[in-house]
Amino acid sequence: MTDSYLNLANGTLKPVFKKLGLPQPAILRRYRPGSPLTVGPVLVVSDDASAGDADAVAKVLSGWDVDVRRSPETAEGERFGAVVLVLTGAETPAAVSAPVLTVAGTLRRLAGNGRVVSISRAVADGDAPVLAATRGGVEGLVRSLGKELRGGSTANGIQLTGDAAVDSASAVATLRFFLSAKSAYVDGQLLPVGPSDAAGPVDWEAPLAGQVAVVTGAARGIGAAIARTMARDGAKVVVIDVPPAGESLATVANEIGGVALQLDITADDAADKILAATKPLGGLDILVHNAGITRDKLLANMTADKWDPVIAVNLTAQLQINERLLAAGVEGLRIVSLASTTGLAGNRGQTNYGYTKAGVIANAAAGAPVLAATGGTTNAVAPGWIETEMTAKVPALTRTVARRMPSLGQGGLPVDIAEAISFLASGPAAGINGQTLRVCGQHMVGK
Amino acid sequence: MSTTPSPVPSTREAVIIGGNRIPFSRAGKKYVRTSNQDMFTAALEGLVARFGLQGERLGEVVGGAVLKHSKNFNLIRESVLGSSLAPTTPAYDVQQACATGLEAAIAVTNKIKLGQIESAIAGGTDTVSDAPIVVSDRLRAALLDANHAKTTGAKVKALLQIRPKDLAPATPSTGEPRTHLSMGEHQAITTAKWGITREAQDEIAYNSHQNLARAWEAGFFDDLVTPFKGLTRDDNLRPDTSLEKLAKLKPVFGAKLADPATMTAGNSTPLTDGASAVLFASRAWAEERELPILAKFVDAETAAVDFVHGHEGLLMAPVAAVPRLLARNGLTLDDLDFLEIHEAFASTVLTTLAAWEDEEYCRTEFGLDGAFGKVDRSKLNVNGSSLAAGHPFAATGGRIIATAAKLVAAKAKETGRPARALISVCAAGGLGAVALVESV
Repeated sequence: MTDSYLNLANGTLKPVFKKLGLPQPAILRRYRPGSPLTVGPVLVVSDDASAGDADAVAKVLSGWDVDVRRSPETAEGERFGAVVLVLTGAETPAAVSAPVLTVAGTLRRLAGNGRVVSISRAVADGDAPVLAATRGGVEGLVRSLGKELRGGSTANGIQLTGDAAVDSASAVATLRFFLSAKSAYVDGQLLPVGPSDAAGPVDWEAPLAGQVAVVTGAARGIGAAIARTMARDGAKVVVIDVPPAGESLATVANEIGGVALQLDITADDAADKILAATKPLGGLDILVHNAGITRDKLLANMTADKWDPVIAVNLTAQLQINERLLAAGVEGLRIVSLASTTGLAGNRGQTNYGYTKAGVIANAAAGAPVLAATGGTTNAVAPGWIETEMTAKVPALTRTVARRMPSLGQGGLPVDIAEAISFLASGPAAGINGQTLRVCGQHMVGK
Repeated sequence: MSTTPSPVPSTREAVIIGGNRIPFSRAGKKYVRTSNQDMFTAALEGLVARFGLQGERLGEVVGGAVLKHSKNFNLIRESVLGSSLAPTTPAYDVQQACATGLEAAIAVTNKIKLGQIESAIAGGTDTVSDAPIVVSDRLRAALLDANHAKTTGAKVKALLQIRPKDLAPATPSTGEPRTHLSMGEHQAITTAKWGITREAQDEIAYNSHQNLARAWEAGFFDDLVTPFKGLTRDDNLRPDTSLEKLAKLKPVFGAKLADPATMTAGNSTPLTDGASAVLFASRAWAEERELPILAKFVDAETAAVDFVHGHEGLLMAPVAAVPRLLARNGLTLDDLDFLEIHEAFASTVLTTLAAWEDEEYCRTEFGLDGAFGKVDRSKLNVNGSSLAAGHPFAATGGRIIATAAKLVAAKAKETGRPARALISVCAAGGLGAVALVESV
């Protein structure tokens, strides 16, 4: 669905929109294989105690052929592509002041589609109150900055947990994701990243090489985008949808060199069919629970035929499939489930959908240790307003308003969700487990 | 007249990996203005997607259509070129009326068995909704003369032969060229000869709809059919039909015969559009790719009858082919777990069964000691057949092979012993093709 406002605001009328003080959503830069990681030099800033970690980050960036700067000075007219704020060693709020003000001085020289990424340590049980306050404060800083940045720029943060090093494979992969155009519609998010024995280096252009991925609900929309993105990233993909969606499912499969499996995921033998379909490809590595339905009704008008199918498809099916796959001895499985901002904030008329999406989020959190024990992970991605056939049916006014709500002032694209999922399913992201990553352009609702 | 069958020569196996078809649709409905090439390409694409065959060079793709435009001289090759298969996959067209699909399967499995190819797709497609319309012979002659004429004067002269009535297209007909009787009228004669009742025919039709509907509900076709043009199920299927409803239909064939007419639109197959494709391979090819092996395509036989001289019914050739096939493989009807007898008409199935039960007939026609045998009706077309699914001529063989392969695979898994299915397809011209499929 075309966002006419977005097009107008970026067309010949751009100065008029500016003069009138109208919202000015930017055209977001999206990932293209082979294109530069960032749109300009990357500045690494830290407090004194984090200098060692900042050096480590700078070293990683240098390895990516990025123009790394340690000083905020720039040449005339030069703009930063990204600023990385390293605060891992900060122990008091006072220590944060200098580096944050350095960042402040660079923001007017941040290029469009720029990035600010903080790297700090997550608050942990047993942290002294002052330490906890120092670390916890970063969240408020990043979320507020996300709301201030313009021109398609975003602010996100990595929260290292346990003894995860700043240059551990998972932290590095997350940094790269946040810096890249792959995170175009991720804004104001803080992602906890823990230690893992994930291997690196990987081929960043094919992070899923050799992997076999299953994507449910893949005949169209977000599911099809996930399948395409995972195939682009090197995975062999089995695409699943209900038999009546088989025609477009086959088209997706043939486009990406995958396998089409017409399957009702609520069937008792769904897990067996998934295993059978992935066996010829070398076994199941990645499972994306994307299939979902809506049957909107105010709870006062709710009936079993509106409540039960939503629960069955969106939640029960994946619980059952996960359980059976684990019982069948599948190891190292990387699960990513589609949640929704509705699951975080609720949405009028969507008690059934909201129940399932909040359930997905809770399931990802509770399933983390279970999957970790088998060498796998389980995470969720919560889309905000995404331009799909489903949202195209929303009344025009509601749609226009919804698009202007996020900090980025526009709806996301299916590929934005797909990029986040492909990242979470990739080998080096193994340190991210039990998390829900919002891909919502920093929508106002919820956390 | 019977000769001792030679033993089946020892060759390697040809296995059935899976099948795909588009939902069959009654003529003039969903697939109006959809060409045979579009439909067969769609059937291929669904099969390619199901087994991840994109870019794969298969040994051969073979199939055909009964109602075919002259522009479709390379129908199957053109479909392959429009598919996701490697463009280096060879293909050719075959045509044997309603047995086209099964004959294509016989052709490719023989090549696999001989080691000439490792993998193949066989199938077929037919559309009545996009059938060729032929100009009259007089108009055609005038146009050809004009084309061959050397001078403008001669061209004009040739074209002046055309009369207004020549401009009407030749009426499409399903009549037999030698008898000018339609297939239905032929079968009406056979039906009367064998004394097949209206009730027995309606029961076959009713069972076909019930069985096909149950199979659809059970998800049997989830991995055999890929929706096309918004159609997700065979639209000829009437799950709610009843014996009472079928009994109310007026007979459409056999009105001029002395016996009461019994063949109706309900117990005859409707004109249908559709396409199907089946993936075959050597066992090694399938195993190398860890693709599922549903069944073996064991053996096949064709037969023809002398219907022109009234010696035999037009659609009775399989009656002769099956005893020969089973004898060669050392089997009897009792060794079969499933019988897939194409329901051209309900009465075709019934006259086939009646002939096999008739001692006199089996003695004189096949030189057997007695009746060939009685078919256990619980093994017959258990997941429905052409009366319910419809019958896009060349696509029927592929539909039946895929169904039979899946049935024997499930039966063998359930019982732990081998399971066999017999496939029988009658065809215009007094032809018939039959085949034996066995679990692995």
